Amino acid sequence: MLSAQNFGESGKMKEYHYTGPVEHRFSPYAFNGGTVLAVAGEDFAIVASDTRLSEGYSIHSRDSPKCYKLTDTTVIGCSGFHGDCLTLTKIIDARLKMYKHSNNKTMTSGAIAAMLSTILYSRRFFPYYVYNIIGGLDEQGKGAVYSFDPVGSYQRDTYKAGGSASAMLQPLLDNQIGFKNMEGVEHVPLSKDKAVQLVKDVFISAAERDVYTGDALRICIITKEGIQEQNIPLRKD
Amino acid sequence: MQHLYRPAAFVSGKRGSSSTKMATLAVRRVPLGGFSFENCKRNSVLESEANKVGFSVPTARKTGTTICGVVFKDGVVLGADTRATEGMVVADKNCSKIHYISPNIYCCGAGTAADTEMTTQIISSNLELHSLSTGRLPRVATANRMLKQMLFRYQGYIGAALVLGGVDCNGPHLYSIYPHGSTDKLPYVTMGSGSLAAMAVFEDRYKPDMEEEEAKRLVRDAIAAGIFNDLGSGSNIDLCVITKGNVDYIRPHDEANKKGVRRGELEGVRLTGDYKYKRGTTAVLSKAVNPLDLELLEESVQTMDTS
Repeated sequence: MLSAQNFGESGKMKEYHYTGPVEHRFSPYAFNGGTVLAVAGEDFAIVASDTRLSEGYSIHSRDSPKCYKLTDTTVIGCSGFHGDCLTLTKIIDARLKMYKHSNNKTMTSGAIAAMLSTILYSRRFFPYYVYNIIGGLDEQGKGAVYSFDPVGSYQRDTYKAGGSASAMLQPLLDNQIGFKNMEGVEHVPLSKDKAVQLVKDVFISAAERDVYTGDALRICIITKEGIQEQNIPLRKD
Repeated sequence: MQHLYRPAAFVSGKRGSSSTKMATLAVRRVPLGGFSFENCKRNSVLESEANKVGFSVPTARKTGTTICGVVFKDGVVLGADTRATEGMVVADKNCSKIHYISPNIYCCGAGTAADTEMTTQIISSNLELHSLSTGRLPRVATANRMLKQMLFRYQGYIGAALVLGGVDCNGPHLYSIYPHGSTDKLPYVTMGSGSLAAMAVFEDRYKPDMEEEEAKRLVRDAIAAGIFNDLGSGSNIDLCVITKGNVDYIRPHDEANKKGVRRGELEGVRLTGDYKYKRGTTAVLSKAVNPLDLELLEESVQTMDTS
């Protein structure tokens, strides 16, 4: 069967080679979709994620949130391969308990972030396929966001989006929270209500254009009073 | 443009006069025997040249769709969702997937968006000329034959999976047409990435000789199953009901998903959800005005031949 693939670069026909038996490899990873977002304020932090778990063109679950509570002041959002997300959160929980038992105090957000970085890097050559974002309060009670890549590189941020719709959300956050690309606008510090409203609006937009994001939005608001959760429905298609 | 369309035979209006000239049934040049691969060489050269400069050949946008059709007592009902995707990003939230072929025949298209659009337009055009030549309303079987012969000629490279339905002198007909050129004539068909979800609904509730309302509900539910369970389909449900002498193109029949309402709009008060920018927010770095000095050299009027 003649086709474009039979012609080489110069336009002449390529020689026909029999390639022999082809080995099909098993892939240890799957992509389960999902978007995570974290915002740090003056005395609060917000971690939000959608609740859709998908694979290929199908939906596994409409109610699988990606925010996991670690301590009273820290929440982690994990998106990517769901198997690795579950294992990673189990490992973090175990390490938190070990720390509590040996040091008689709860781990701080910064300490959890540093520990997660080492956990991820220990699997440098067979990584956890997870995009992590930690949101919480630091020792001074100020909001903190730490964002990670799959092998453990991290930094402290004011806001960060991760997961399948991250490329759609991040520019909007840069503009609305970071006041980028705007002239002559007063840099008002972000209030808790404004931040929650922004997160809701931004996820509504992401659900419009990203097929992996939708169903519902889970928002975890972390203040010194504790962690408050909200559920908002999103598009289901 | 290669053509066999001879205006004289039609302007005179007398079919008898065409007996002296060759009866024109098709407008394309009769294809030479075998397959034509003229463009393969050119395409591979273009691709390699593009890659050298660092560009990649643009990928076709697919519709990742749910389309279906059902034959009922007096005609056919065709249904489609309205989402077009480019990879896993929604490119168009409200595109129209039910295409016009002739006044009594419509066609839903899944697969590569450009392919379904152009294929249906080409066959629609040819079918209109054919219908003028025969003097009769076109038949669904004719459209089916034209589509399958074209798709087979391109050996599946035209990625168009179609659901063709219509009512002609022999009654209502429904066909499904695959990109390689095979067709099936059936009482109910589904195509696209959401076809399994839609077919599940059909297999549960289809009965022969349904009433129009029942058939519309069935098609609406089948497309809704595709919209909610398939990530490649979404947004609204379009329906097309074709009966003898009447076509109802209902777009949208059902707005299954509305965009989430932002709190600012709902309460009508200037709240936190306001994303309008004040004038001057975008920085103007520099401004340069170049007036063009133009001289009027000559003025002439050329009349068009409108006879």
